[in-house]
Amino acid sequence: MKTPMKAFTFAAGCLSASFALADAPVLTVYAPDYFVSEWGPGPKIEELFEAKCNCDLQFKPGDLLPRVLLEGDKTEADIVIGLNTDVTKKARESGLFATHNVALDGLTLPLDWTDDTFLPFNYGHTAFIYDTTKIETAPASFDDLLNAPDDLRLVIQDPRSSISGLALVLWVNAVYGDKAADAWAKLAPKIVTVTRGWSESYGMFTDGEADMVLSYTTSPAYHIIAEGDETKKAAIFPEGHYFMVELAAKVASTDQPELADKFMEFVLGQDFQGMIATGNWSIPAALPKDQWPDGFQKLDLPEKVLFYDETEAAALRDTAIEAWRSALSQ
Amino acid sequence: MAQRALSISAGLALAILTLGPIAAVLIRAGGLGSFRPGDFEALQFTVWQALLSGFFSTLLAIPVARALARRQFFGRRLLISLLGAPFILPVIVAVMGLIAVFGQNGILNSGLAAFGGPRLDIYGLHGVVLAHVFFNLPLATRMLLQAWLAIPAERFRLAASLGLTPWGQFLTLEWPLIRRIAPGAFAVIFVICLTSFAVALTLGGGPRATTVELAIYQAMRFDFDLGRAAMLALMQLGLATVAGLIALKLAPSQGFGVGRGRQVPRWDGRSTMARTFDMIWIFLAAAFLLVPLALVVLKGMPGLFAGAGQGTWTAAKHSVLVALASTALSMVWALPLANRKGELLSVAAIAISPLVIGTGLFLILRPFVNPFTMALPVTTVVNAMMALPFALRILRPEAEAVEHDFGRLRQTLRLTTWAWFTRVWLPRLRRPMGFAAGLTAALAMGDLGVIALFADPDRATLPLQVYRLMGAYQMEAAAGAALLLLILSFGLFWLFDRGGRAGADT
Amino acid sequence: MLTLENLNVDMDNSALTGTLSLAPGRRVAILGPSGAGKSTLLDVVAGFRPLRAGQVGWCGADLTHSPPNKRPVSILFQDGNLFPHLTVFRNLLLALKPNGQRASEEDSVRIEGALKRVGLAGMSGRKPGTLSGGQQSRAALARVMLQARPIILLDEPFSALGPALKAEMLGLVRDVAGNLGALVVMVTHDPDDARRFAEDVVLVADDKVHLPVATAAFFANPPEAYQEYVGTQ
Repeated sequence: MKTPMKAFTFAAGCLSASFALADAPVLTVYAPDYFVSEWGPGPKIEELFEAKCNCDLQFKPGDLLPRVLLEGDKTEADIVIGLNTDVTKKARESGLFATHNVALDGLTLPLDWTDDTFLPFNYGHTAFIYDTTKIETAPASFDDLLNAPDDLRLVIQDPRSSISGLALVLWVNAVYGDKAADAWAKLAPKIVTVTRGWSESYGMFTDGEADMVLSYTTSPAYHIIAEGDETKKAAIFPEGHYFMVELAAKVASTDQPELADKFMEFVLGQDFQGMIATGNWSIPAALPKDQWPDGFQKLDLPEKVLFYDETEAAALRDTAIEAWRSALSQ
Repeated sequence: MAQRALSISAGLALAILTLGPIAAVLIRAGGLGSFRPGDFEALQFTVWQALLSGFFSTLLAIPVARALARRQFFGRRLLISLLGAPFILPVIVAVMGLIAVFGQNGILNSGLAAFGGPRLDIYGLHGVVLAHVFFNLPLATRMLLQAWLAIPAERFRLAASLGLTPWGQFLTLEWPLIRRIAPGAFAVIFVICLTSFAVALTLGGGPRATTVELAIYQAMRFDFDLGRAAMLALMQLGLATVAGLIALKLAPSQGFGVGRGRQVPRWDGRSTMARTFDMIWIFLAAAFLLVPLALVVLKGMPGLFAGAGQGTWTAAKHSVLVALASTALSMVWALPLANRKGELLSVAAIAISPLVIGTGLFLILRPFVNPFTMALPVTTVVNAMMALPFALRILRPEAEAVEHDFGRLRQTLRLTTWAWFTRVWLPRLRRPMGFAAGLTAALAMGDLGVIALFADPDRATLPLQVYRLMGAYQMEAAAGAALLLLILSFGLFWLFDRGGRAGADT
Repeated sequence: MLTLENLNVDMDNSALTGTLSLAPGRRVAILGPSGAGKSTLLDVVAGFRPLRAGQVGWCGADLTHSPPNKRPVSILFQDGNLFPHLTVFRNLLLALKPNGQRASEEDSVRIEGALKRVGLAGMSGRKPGTLSGGQQSRAALARVMLQARPIILLDEPFSALGPALKAEMLGLVRDVAGNLGALVVMVTHDPDDARRFAEDVVLVADDKVHLPVATAAFFANPPEAYQEYVGTQ
């Protein structure tokens, strides 16, 4: 193998991950910010994919769709990973994304997925997380939550600035339909506050400012696996939980179409799927439950999964947000 | 004249950087977006909370600054420096600190509960104002204090010799000073609060506390409605310009005349009542500002000692570099703008949503360079610009006083621009410049601003790293990184501020 | 010849008018009631105040539109003559090096010489704040010496000093001006200053700059306007 001498002068740490040949083709992947930190799945993905592609995978973190839309077909991106269903409609309509050609029969999602552009790689559900040392009996259903005493303190995210917040208003809509406004009126006194993003909410929860936080059914897995702490649990409601999935897509204008296709295949492959659970703290999209890490097997998961496809969601969104806004503005 | 040309180019650069991005976004959008029903309420709330925040920050700063100006006690200098810290905290960290004190589970409520007191609810308009006062009281205090210390000691001697009552002295010496400084302080704080978003939402308790900035965020990130974002950004700009104009109109600009620079002890405020009063104010301000900070420190210790990751150290290095570069740029930029027009321009500039600026710059730069490689330079320039109004608010009164006091002497001595600048202006402005530079450095450390669109894994700044860590469940590491950020910001602030004050006895 | 022709200068509620010409090397006192425009007149000469009408000239050159830093004038203000953050030496150096350059060997010699002349030998390292009022005046005067301009304007610069000190300072000014051959115009409200120091007196009263009168003649036969003002004091 021909390696430039210069590379040896780098610190050993640099050699492990991006050991790319100078003239290797570059695959540019746009990903959310949390992906690329040393704690996110990004470094692992890079390592695994580069090991088999003879290429240089480069992450560009930050805003996903807004950036791609701004750049149009001149975008550098070959792949965008980490999209959510709330933007797929807009993304699809932009015509900037190509179909993926990946067989979907390996998917293990709790619902049917037939999208030929946006490929799921992990999922979870909206859920309220609580601390068993502070709440002995969590609400056993959404109704229970609505009727819980008002001193139960919840913190949620704003549907106008956060995807989990948006999922919540769709969740309420899916459970309560026409009566969503009433449901919000009952929830309102329990909501301590609404934050801009998930991080602020979760921080408030771990600091003890709130009893329950709007998060994901998979959040306890982090505490179980990384901290050995089994006191954080998701309250599971028989009415169902809203489905949240993260997606990857190939950019139509890519100058590395073959490499991009390879990456899309890789996303549903064993290497990626085996790592993503603990890499991104979400359930792998194409991995049978018995192959999940232990901590994930212990998770309480809902029987029933609620989901609006992108067209339904787009139609409902404004009304659902308005129901939330007017109830909480009282 | 060279000086004038310099002023004009500095102003032009600022105007281009302010309006250019909006224009770029507008052109891309193909026109202004529509006004939605909820926008009016958002606008109302935005203006109202900004007015209250500006008002209370400035009002409360008066007794605090007065007390600090006339009391000497052990640790006074350190306290004055420390009081600047809230202003430089990243938003998310400061909010966590405030909640730890005033939250439902905070130490204040725990204390009250222990004594069977009532439960305080921080969430609501009052919470928003409280948080904004927490951020901005230090700024207003320092601005006033700076001016208070600039009153020639001879004036106090004169007041003492005239036997002025405390009220008489207040009216003759202190009130004119407050009138000179307070409107500008209010305007700057008002304008910062106009673009508040995360603080307003989190402490406002929900959608009642919707601000224009949130609507911009929604338009940009969720709806991708650039026209609407540009329309809302112009609205913010309009509000800020009006506020700036009013404030500058209200503030007379005459100084206090020339002192001989003698150190003269103060004669006023010697009564027991005045002393008690001052000490109470100092104590309250210190408690209000420092307790939440202390909690941030305590919370961050484990994460910091556990060893921040490689990413955090790299991010810290970037942040320090950005901060130093921003400071240098901001000082060079501020000096020619230290006049009325320059200040107005700079105040308008911070009213523009960082999101819109970021997007606009992205659109402008893209045809020429790869924006990702520009992440740090862009952050540097934008941070310098965002710090300008603070730097100017601090520098301008002093700069004008120098001009007023020594302008004729300059003429009669036929000083060249260079000599005036290096021999008189800079040395006379050392104290405010140190303060302004410290503030700029700290602000540039803490600002997340525009980097979202430009981010690059190898070019993260420390605040971005805090968010990344939180997004990956690394709450402890995030708290540690936040503490590191606090230490570095404060360290820079202290170094500059101290540098400005060291030996600046005349 | 310093010439002021058909002056018309805006003041707070009125306008100052008059015509005047003063010869090089003379020492002239400007007397008049407070607020009559004595300092305004100095400002006109120094260029700090724009004219509504009229002309200012010096030895045939028209100064009317010259900025203050282009006029052949040095001036001592009531206070604020020295930069408080600079040492006496540096303050004086600015007169020799208005571009802020460092002192040459020759500059140092001249500065020390000037300081010696005004009785401040060895004080060049002090800052103004550590000097007495009289010493500050001397330092400022030493600088005027170094500036060596043909017109010296004094705007009640010694009014804060005691009588003995003031007399001494006026003597010093007379020496300095004599050496330079400079015209000295001094605003004062103290007739004794005028008697002791000036060859001519110009009265500024009733919005008018009166013609110069030899000092002895002025006090021997004071104009009516002056009598009124002295009488009402």
